[in-house]
Amino acid sequence: MDSRTPDELEATLAGIDAPVTLVFFTQTFGCDSCLPARQIVDRIASFSDQITVEEYNLVLDKDQVETYGVQRVPAIAVVGQADVGIRFYGVPEGHELVSLVKAITLVAAGDSGLSDESRALIGSVDQPIDIQVFATPT
Amino acid sequence: MAFENAHITASAVAAVEYPDLVRQYRVTGVPKTVVNERVEILGAEPEASFVAHVLESIA
Repeated sequence: MDSRTPDELEATLAGIDAPVTLVFFTQTFGCDSCLPARQIVDRIASFSDQITVEEYNLVLDKDQVETYGVQRVPAIAVVGQADVGIRFYGVPEGHELVSLVKAITLVAAGDSGLSDESRALIGSVDQPIDIQVFATPT
Repeated sequence: MAFENAHITASAVAAVEYPDLVRQYRVTGVPKTVVNERVEILGAEPEASFVAHVLESIA
């Protein structure tokens, strides 16, 4: 398991050299974790000029909710030149934060980092696959 | 994987915040991966075996 320190995450984010948008979904009522999630998103964005944040409301911004296929909040879509379908649900803390930073660097670099064998297998997929990974901060 | 194919989407879900999903997918330990609501992968796996398991969802 990756155990990089906050300083290392900061340095990693500072090294990003292509634009990434964190599309954040919130709602006005009934979402206690939306504010802490937004604060972490803002903090991440503060470490790199390449990272911008867009915020939408799950109830009000129907077009964006449909475009990004988000059903719950807080949600973060990690979007580079294109939206490849990477989402984070909940407050990104601990392992989740490390994963989010990893996703941002991957999207910025335009490279999944997977082996040639994996790429070949995945490249031939011609029907929808939805992967949900459940995790906890520690 | 989502990166390599437009048909694939990947979500990381903070388990503690979504008890309804934890119940729905019977998450009793983390990490737990659910693919297309039918293939379940418990714990972390090496890349090759993870990819193979994910592809089982459409086999």
